[in-house]
Amino acid sequence: MSDATQTGRSLPDRLTTRAQRIFRSWEALLIVVAIAIFIANAIASPYFLNAWNLSDATFNFTEKAMIAFAMALLIIAGEIDLSVAAIIALASTAMGYAAQFGVDTPGLVLIGLGTGVLCGAFNGALVTKLALPSIVVTIGTMSLFRGISFIVLGDGAYRGYPESFAWFGQGYIWWVFTVEMLIFALLAVVFGVLLHRTNFGRAVYAIGNNPTAALFSGIRVPRVKFILFVLTGLMSGLAAVCLTSRLGSTRPSIGVGLELEVVTMVVLGGINILGGSGTIPGVVIAAFVMGLVTFGLGLLNVPGIVMSIFIGALLIGVIALPRLFVMVRGR
Amino acid sequence: MSDIPVVALDGIVKTFPGVTALDQVKLSLYPGQVTALIGENGAGKSTVVKTLTGIYRPDGGQILVDGKPVHFATAHDASRHGITAIHQETVLFDELSVAENIFIGHAPRGRFGLIDTARMTQDARALLDSIGAPLDPDAKLRDLGIASKHLVAIARALSIDARVVIMDEPTAALSQKEIEELYKLVEHLKSQGKAILFISHKFDEIFRIADRYTVFRDGQFVGDGLMADVDQDDLVQMMVGRSVDQIFPQRVHAPGEVVLQVTGYAHPTEFDDINFKLHKGEILGFYGLVGAGRSEFMQSLIGITTPSKGVCRIGDKITVIRSPADAVNAGIVYVPEDRGKQGAITDMPIFQNVTLPSLGKTSRHGFIRLAEEFDLAREYTQRLDLRAASLDQDVGKLSGGNQQKVVIAKWLATQPRVIILDEPTKGIDIGSKAAVHSFMAELAATGLSVIMVSSEIPEVMGMSDRVIVMREGRMVAELAGEELTPDNLVRHAAGIGMAA
Amino acid sequence: MLRRFALTREAALLAALVALCLLIATRFSGFIAPANLGRVFNDSALLIILTLGQMIVIVTRCIDLSVAANLALCGMVAALLNVAFPGLPVIMIITAVVLLGSLLGAFNGILVWKVGIPPIVVTLGTLTIYRGIIFLISDGAWVNSHEMSAPFKALPRAVFLGLPVLSWCAILCVAGFALMIARTPLGRSFFAVGGNPHAAVYTGINVGRTQFMAFTIAGALAGLTGYLWVSRYAVAYVDIAGGFELDVIAACVIGGISIAGGIGSVFGAVLGALFLGVIKNALPVVDISPFWQMAISGAAIIVAVILNSRSNRPKGRLILRTAGPKT
Repeated sequence: MSDATQTGRSLPDRLTTRAQRIFRSWEALLIVVAIAIFIANAIASPYFLNAWNLSDATFNFTEKAMIAFAMALLIIAGEIDLSVAAIIALASTAMGYAAQFGVDTPGLVLIGLGTGVLCGAFNGALVTKLALPSIVVTIGTMSLFRGISFIVLGDGAYRGYPESFAWFGQGYIWWVFTVEMLIFALLAVVFGVLLHRTNFGRAVYAIGNNPTAALFSGIRVPRVKFILFVLTGLMSGLAAVCLTSRLGSTRPSIGVGLELEVVTMVVLGGINILGGSGTIPGVVIAAFVMGLVTFGLGLLNVPGIVMSIFIGALLIGVIALPRLFVMVRGR
Repeated sequence: MSDIPVVALDGIVKTFPGVTALDQVKLSLYPGQVTALIGENGAGKSTVVKTLTGIYRPDGGQILVDGKPVHFATAHDASRHGITAIHQETVLFDELSVAENIFIGHAPRGRFGLIDTARMTQDARALLDSIGAPLDPDAKLRDLGIASKHLVAIARALSIDARVVIMDEPTAALSQKEIEELYKLVEHLKSQGKAILFISHKFDEIFRIADRYTVFRDGQFVGDGLMADVDQDDLVQMMVGRSVDQIFPQRVHAPGEVVLQVTGYAHPTEFDDINFKLHKGEILGFYGLVGAGRSEFMQSLIGITTPSKGVCRIGDKITVIRSPADAVNAGIVYVPEDRGKQGAITDMPIFQNVTLPSLGKTSRHGFIRLAEEFDLAREYTQRLDLRAASLDQDVGKLSGGNQQKVVIAKWLATQPRVIILDEPTKGIDIGSKAAVHSFMAELAATGLSVIMVSSEIPEVMGMSDRVIVMREGRMVAELAGEELTPDNLVRHAAGIGMAA
Repeated sequence: MLRRFALTREAALLAALVALCLLIATRFSGFIAPANLGRVFNDSALLIILTLGQMIVIVTRCIDLSVAANLALCGMVAALLNVAFPGLPVIMIITAVVLLGSLLGAFNGILVWKVGIPPIVVTLGTLTIYRGIIFLISDGAWVNSHEMSAPFKALPRAVFLGLPVLSWCAILCVAGFALMIARTPLGRSFFAVGGNPHAAVYTGINVGRTQFMAFTIAGALAGLTGYLWVSRYAVAYVDIAGGFELDVIAACVIGGISIAGGIGSVFGAVLGALFLGVIKNALPVVDISPFWQMAISGAAIIVAVILNSRSNRPKGRLILRTAGPKT
């Protein structure tokens, strides 16, 4: 009796194989969508299957995807940050301001990333220390951060960035592969591992599914959420570095409306807006889907604003169709 | 008075995955009479309330209104048949006014179909006056206390011409003066010919106001009749029923050294002056009525809430616990009562639930090692004899008993020194109950100290070496050996004077 | 009655608003002249109308990010109708865009009610779709002042009993909302659904249908605002009122409407919108660059949400009844 390991049965790890799980996943559906869009594009436009054109097309999504990775974790944990585009504006303004005083590229990058971290920490502190709803807090800081850019810049702009700074947004690593692609790929791996292979990632899922049970299980919920806000701020700072470098100038309206595209990318990637589920590979594929749609329609001379119809319809469609299917089948 | 019940349940069966909550129960409510529904926690009282109010649809049996079978598809159906419930957390709207709460859904209309607010206020005042409630009809509900909210709920019941009023633990959060006023109201409702179902743990109030009783045990009907024909001992006997020793594991306990010592724990609103020692290998029971402050105290022990004063010693070291993470490190773990909200993460697989607080053990430098994770989960689910298809199954798909095993496995995997089990067998079937009980005995035998919060008398009697009884946030008795009887437990918990 | 009001969020906000106006008056006394206050109100009228619609949506635990896109689409349709049929009476145009606006709102509502998609996702999607449709129907071209008929442009400016029609529209909407919320079952059910959806079901209220109604009404108001916007500024293009949905939500938050649902009032919504309107109008007269406006409203949102969360915090329940020693 002293050893309590009598009767019980030993349970198998899993009943499904890896292939089965992949096959049935949201990501598989997204890949099919992506391939279909790719083929449709290739048929519709002769300019599509051109390495340089495709390379240019990646700028449509690489910067947004950097933020989307962090935003994915934040949304899985049941929070949201709508101030990311405003953080870009503020970080870009801070870099532009510093560049006036001859700060060199490494210094500028540090300032951009640092501004992002500070903004993220401000959001995180308001949400976790004061227990405020993140959607309202970040609507507020969205105005606040971009508002500061407007105060500093008015209707002016910063140019005068050092030549070496252009490397981030305009540089190529090899052949058609851009620096931003490299950053995107590295971050995809880093965030994929962070979410799917670390204790931290497991805590993120637990918090999103059931914050109370997560707290009772000894997870430091406020700390994890705070880190996620800081991480989102950091990625916004990084996106600010890339975007500023690519544009070569800073206006206070830089990246307006980008937060909604980031959230769209995350949700399209299969991350539950109510928290608790979703994967980084899903976000990666969603980034490609959005990039392909934008690029393909662009080649057909469809204006950007009309493309947004497709993105919006895609967003509602991919979420509504499975639900409608279940409803119809349930009858 | 009439002999035909207004509402009757006949042979009602309600099952949930793995549990039969109601097994062919019957219950009759008569006009102008108060029927007390008596039973321990888990006897099926709240399931009956939810069946009567149309929240649950029974799997078998009939609901009869005026002797005719009816079918409640929604909560609104039940309310159309004149059945209304007054819950502990009264189901009303904080941001609306008293009058609007009384009349929502059937407000008096004036010109153009607009709500006639003047008449509504007037009618509300008349109703409130008729029950002697000195409330302003224009006050917002959020500004009222619980007692006043009850009054609003009762006024609402009168306004919809309810024929059946269900009162579920209505006095749980009321002061003595407020309780007296509530009794007067119940008399008033009786005089209007309403049938009242009164659910309470407190025997003094049952004898004070009920005309009839119905007793449930483990989801089954035990007996009913007129209050005039029974005394307290009869009812306790019916509630507790079976002989206690049979189904519980026999244990021999020799007290070891003190593992946990709590001195002077207090909280501004929930509990006060808690002192006890817990020994190695001991099972210490905490008995009390719902709302006695037991769970709140336990949660302060593991850092969910902070006590305003008091000292906690683990071994011989004073330990300050500010968060559950601190508690896990100190070796105190808590299996909460509310499994769905606080215990299991239902949309995550079994193995991830089990390893959640022990991820430090199954990882290297923060990186998860899946194989080790599965090994740990397999070891502890095996010890608890978990029934599931695989470790990858979502916890939400398991029965209540198996979910509870997952939660216990999760905590055992941290290798604690003290495990607190809050209502460990609430809402789980008899078979799983026995498994949990025998497992608790084994744990204690291996030297783990167990605190068991329970409102089930047989469980408290059968499992505990010692029992602390709490009432209204304070320790009122510590019972062991000869003194540990069902009668003593009930009397101390309810604050009834000791019978000779 | 008065004492009860003195303790409310609205009273605090009103006091803050009056204090703000007096503060501005110390720098520029003309600001609080009745004529100027009337101008400020007229300038805030569009925001007030939209804030009312957003209020009931938020009260039912939803959010509508598509209001500004809805407004812009309806505004463009109004302008195009006017260009195509210059003789069409303005009242017909208004009826048409109000109908269109309610349809667009109802589309949001049906996706929330029948398909069960979270409101933030639905309206994020329709926000981009509605904007895209504006481009499709206008070919990206602007409709300029000279293309619009005189009566079309004149209506919001026409003065009636000393106030422009635009102001009267806002006043009528506020009055209508006050009546709906205080005196109709639908108005009360918005609060019931948001405050306690579980209990609302008990009283026979259909939660999804109530949310659908909130979206539809918000859409109708966006349609009306679409006409007013385009006629007042005498121009229509794809990006009008871009990002205005955030100003609307900001006005709601400042007005004490809880994003968690169930809490809010017409008076609060109006005050929230006026607060933003006063700031916008005051900055130039007190010699602060208008570029400060955005940061100030952001700070105001954060302060407001902190204050709201303090006042809405639930009180602890009391188990301990007597403070005496234990027996």
